[in-house]
Amino acid sequence: MKGLKPEAAAELIGEGASLMIGGFMAVGSPHRMIDAIVARGVGGLTVIANDTAMPGRGIGKLISAGLVRHVIASHIGLNPETQAKMIAGEITCDLVPQGTLIERIRAGGMGLGGILTPTGLGTEVEDGKQVIEVEGRRYLLETPLKADFALIGAWQADYIGNLSYMLTAHNFNPIIALAGRTVIAEAENIVPVGVIAPDAVKTPGVLVDHLLIRAS
Amino acid sequence: MDAKELIARRVAQEVKAGTLVNLGIGLPSLVANYVPADRGVFFQAENGVIGLGARPPEGMEDDHLTDAGGGFVTAVPGAASIDSAMSFGLIRGGHLDMTVLGGLQVDESGHLANWKVPGKMVPGMGGAMDLVTGAARVIVAMQHAAKGQSKIVPVCTLPLTALRRVDLVVTDLAVIEPTGVGLVLRERAPGISVETIRAATEATLVIPDTVPEMILT
Repeated sequence: MKGLKPEAAAELIGEGASLMIGGFMAVGSPHRMIDAIVARGVGGLTVIANDTAMPGRGIGKLISAGLVRHVIASHIGLNPETQAKMIAGEITCDLVPQGTLIERIRAGGMGLGGILTPTGLGTEVEDGKQVIEVEGRRYLLETPLKADFALIGAWQADYIGNLSYMLTAHNFNPIIALAGRTVIAEAENIVPVGVIAPDAVKTPGVLVDHLLIRAS
Repeated sequence: MDAKELIARRVAQEVKAGTLVNLGIGLPSLVANYVPADRGVFFQAENGVIGLGARPPEGMEDDHLTDAGGGFVTAVPGAASIDSAMSFGLIRGGHLDMTVLGGLQVDESGHLANWKVPGKMVPGMGGAMDLVTGAARVIVAMQHAAKGQSKIVPVCTLPLTALRRVDLVVTDLAVIEPTGVGLVLRERAPGISVETIRAATEATLVIPDTVPEMILT
């Protein structure tokens, strides 16, 4: 796999693209990739992620730069800018229960037509959705999610794109790796093939289209 | 003892040995301070760790190990790091023994509202809906009233978190158990009378013949 500079990777992303971005409150987010998108200034983006972090950190930088038009997330409460832009009508927001969001992404990435979940029954989340009864229990039908790009923050990558993650920096990363039509990974360390033991690989390199070169 | 400590100490008594427990951010996270280490409890943080530990020593924090509020934590021996699908599989799939969450309102049906105040606060539900739907036991830890208004109400006026009836409500005044026949007053906070609790509660309470004081160890 030929490594890309962050600015070259950002060039792949066009106006209005949809991006799945790893990270939970900026932990495990692809920080150099985000900086490159901000520098490129490509706008009208849809961001699908757990949260929008906080101003000045991780996905919060994309929000602050005014590049995001639509957000699909479980929580925006720690980023007042996202909330202010939502109230001002600059950003639209779909708020999705966290367990439902990750399963919709998993369904999108794994070729499933959706998932059935009890979460959200009898709440605002049920509005407009189909309720399906299976073996006497009721579930909401939640549809799959895919995106133009999955942007991954990993701990280690090898030269063919096998990835491993550290502690709570896994979060959405291993799942979005299946649901992006183009997958761009950024790792804190790049190691020779074989250093990441097969049992430790959480994202097989075959899923990764581009790997950012090491930080200079 | 301040109100938050009282609530946290009482909830800690509900944490059974050898269980998997998820504590919400804010007041519920204080519960861990009063659960003895030898009880063999694993705390889950839904961002991806089973076996959450206390704050690391000053200067030893690591960006890759945080709790669901983004605060630095440690991991106890035997901890496991997991992705979000596994994390919510544990929660929704019935593998989580207990969750402790904050609340905005609890009503006479035992319904909880804790994620949205329309027009004022729309942070998103995060993991709350999955936790209330999936955990084997749901405990609400909250102040009895906010700005002089009872948070225990006849019917929730705020958007519900789930249809599930929560199992126990612990406040600075009382322990209340939602049941099929309504909200049963189980315990009083030290020095608080049944009448005081009744007056501070907008919902109708079912009052047994004896309502003991909380025993706080």
